[in-house]
Amino acid sequence: MTTTLVPVLRRAAPARLEVSPTVRRRSPSRSLGSRLARLAEAATTPLVPADYLDLVAPLRPGTDLRARIVSVTPETRDAATVVLKPGADWAGHIPGQYLRIGIDVDGVREWRAYSLTHGPRADGCISITVKAVPDGKVSNHLVHQARPGTLVHLEQATGDFVLPGSAAELAETPLLFVTAGSGVTPVIGMLRNLFPVTDSGVLDLPRSKDLDIVVVHVAPSEPDSIFLDNLRELAEHGAITLIPRYDDQHGVLDVNDLTGLVPDLAERTTYACGPGGLLDALAAHHACLGLTLFTEQFRAGFVEAGEGGALTVGGITVDADGATPLLDVAESAGALMPSGCRMGVCFGCVLPLKEGAVRDLRNGAITTADPISSADGGVPIQTCINAAAGDCTLGDRA
Amino acid sequence: MTTIQKKADNPIAHLTAEDIETLGRELDAIRQEVLDTRGAADAAYIRKVIKTQRGLEAGSRALLLFSIFPPAWIAGTAGLSIAKILDNMEVGHNIMHGQWDWMRDPKIHSTTWEWDNATPSDMWKHSHNELHHTYTNVVGKDNDLGYGIMRVDEDQRWMPFYLAQPLWNFINACIFEYGIAAYDLELGKNLSIPKEKRSEEFKTGVKRTLGKIRKQATKDYLVHPALSIPTGSFLPTLAANVTANVVRNLWTHSVIMCGHFPEGVETFEKKSIEGETRGEWYLRQMLGSANISGGPLLHMMTGNLSFQIEHHLYPDLPSNRYAEVAPKVKALFDRYGLTYTTGSMPKQVYSAWHKIVRLSLPNGWLADTNAKNAPAQLAKLYKMTTGGPKVRRAIEARDKQLARRRAEVTTAA
Repeated sequence: MTTTLVPVLRRAAPARLEVSPTVRRRSPSRSLGSRLARLAEAATTPLVPADYLDLVAPLRPGTDLRARIVSVTPETRDAATVVLKPGADWAGHIPGQYLRIGIDVDGVREWRAYSLTHGPRADGCISITVKAVPDGKVSNHLVHQARPGTLVHLEQATGDFVLPGSAAELAETPLLFVTAGSGVTPVIGMLRNLFPVTDSGVLDLPRSKDLDIVVVHVAPSEPDSIFLDNLRELAEHGAITLIPRYDDQHGVLDVNDLTGLVPDLAERTTYACGPGGLLDALAAHHACLGLTLFTEQFRAGFVEAGEGGALTVGGITVDADGATPLLDVAESAGALMPSGCRMGVCFGCVLPLKEGAVRDLRNGAITTADPISSADGGVPIQTCINAAAGDCTLGDRA
Repeated sequence: MTTIQKKADNPIAHLTAEDIETLGRELDAIRQEVLDTRGAADAAYIRKVIKTQRGLEAGSRALLLFSIFPPAWIAGTAGLSIAKILDNMEVGHNIMHGQWDWMRDPKIHSTTWEWDNATPSDMWKHSHNELHHTYTNVVGKDNDLGYGIMRVDEDQRWMPFYLAQPLWNFINACIFEYGIAAYDLELGKNLSIPKEKRSEEFKTGVKRTLGKIRKQATKDYLVHPALSIPTGSFLPTLAANVTANVVRNLWTHSVIMCGHFPEGVETFEKKSIEGETRGEWYLRQMLGSANISGGPLLHMMTGNLSFQIEHHLYPDLPSNRYAEVAPKVKALFDRYGLTYTTGSMPKQVYSAWHKIVRLSLPNGWLADTNAKNAPAQLAKLYKMTTGGPKVRRAIEARDKQLARRRAEVTTAA
């Protein structure tokens, strides 16, 4: 039996690459289909046929990637698993990968990245597990407010935090997972793929019988530990060795204690996912001992608003103070900027904020953007009434 | 109408500079209240309007496939007219103002939206959002005042050419979408420049506008009529599309006239806006706009431009919130002793048309004419029309003198 992890891994990646060429090849310019498409475009201009079709079939092939929320299941009091039915063009994923999801919170489209917590499922659904972080706009919405039936926006799965390529390789490599807080989610995705948990217990797949896995799971306290039941079930079954570490019982984990917790640490390949501080400490520790380590820092780099900063636009970087509109700063540095009324009325100066924070000079409202938690292409802002509230990078006009 | 600075009884003379800045801060506070409560309900509103508009348009066009049958023609044409009006006003105009940019939905965004209209959206945004909304009612700066071809102010010297302006205005109303396109291109100004000296910007603008017009016309006058051929409905569908476009043009033109043309709306001198403060800008918007009173249906069909005053104060607030802001704005007008110009649609349309007719004639002519002096007045008008500039000026001077003398007599009495 070699229907193992390998084909799963291989199938997911090329499928994604082939999507657009196949579609293009299927419609040479003279075909009946393309003529009909042109006719439909001529009949619906200035809109496109998709604007109408999306109202009735938002998950159809050929449109923007979206998904419908199927269910929201609480995992702990502040975490929930959201099962999504993705659109027809979803290209699949490899356990351990994450995806970016765009959801409207208080009417505003917000993007965040979450790990996929299942391997490929038979029903074609995907799932993410979200922990509500304090003041987290999107995570709190997903855990506490999101309702089945809601339409969300997706990007294809991505990320290199995946297990080694072949089953043989995997069987020869003892593994150590170090997970902290919501960092457990990509790891759960991998484990579920290796050991599917069904109603009648954990399935023993031939491909997984030689695996040697230790999971060190860190959380502030026991009941807050998401997926704990799942990990325990796997541990009771003997699939993994679970070493839970709760800050309130065991004290905050010191990476030097790992040698004591996992005696054969030196033989293992370590996968770690959690907050940046822990990952940095692990990286230093492992480098010192010459051990292999794969890490994934999961929380998006949080942009903190300050006062003024370096503005980058059109290849120019210049110091911007917190009181001068970005438009004026950029122009006096010689950048060619779109502009209009210069008083916030006409929206002729709108450019995407790719990264950073800006402050609306009229009412102090802060807008932030970072590559993970903003829409592709950034957050459009009016440069004539916004000033730098930290380093910021503006993109080109859409 | 005469610019506010030249009026004998300047309606803002009683306000100190400090009053005006306080007024500005109070208006800012009203804006902030809306921003603080803007959210999911507003987003749901615009999505619902867009969905309704698209459903109505698709349904009407489907009906028109059978437009040979009169009930289908009537219902389809009415539906298409309404769909086009919704597209232009509550949806297109307001999205292109950036009223919904805060949702960060790339499909409902000022930078990406295109509308069912002859003029490409970005060219309209420049002339409307940037010029008209910044220089509202500043004579010589805001071309919305008469689109550069009409006499909209007593201070503009009267010429015989203006006698035809009611006719121009009516023709412009019927083909309003093309009027707007010409206006966005500054066609009049550019055509007066020798061909080889016209700017590249103008040339690409012309190309793009013609491209948009071609697409629009192909859809309305070719594709949909052709799709109706199987039921023998080519011509009825063509007629339905022409009708819907004309209805949309007449309606949008009327709404826009009501916004800045009725009696009571003030105009401003160019030099009055030099170094204008935020408070002064607000004040100019307050006095330079007029509302239309009516129910929710009227507000929806005008794209909430029936709240023209509120729209000009807060062009980027979601249109569905103007109704709740209006009483607060009105209260400020009252407190600061300013006139909140409003009236029913028929009243405001009449008022705007009356002004256009009045200004098509020499100053004072319409008011001075009655049944008794009609022959003499007509003779005077004939002389002014045919007599050349010198004759006109002489008559104007005499009229002014007479008016002054009459005023003196009244004061003395």
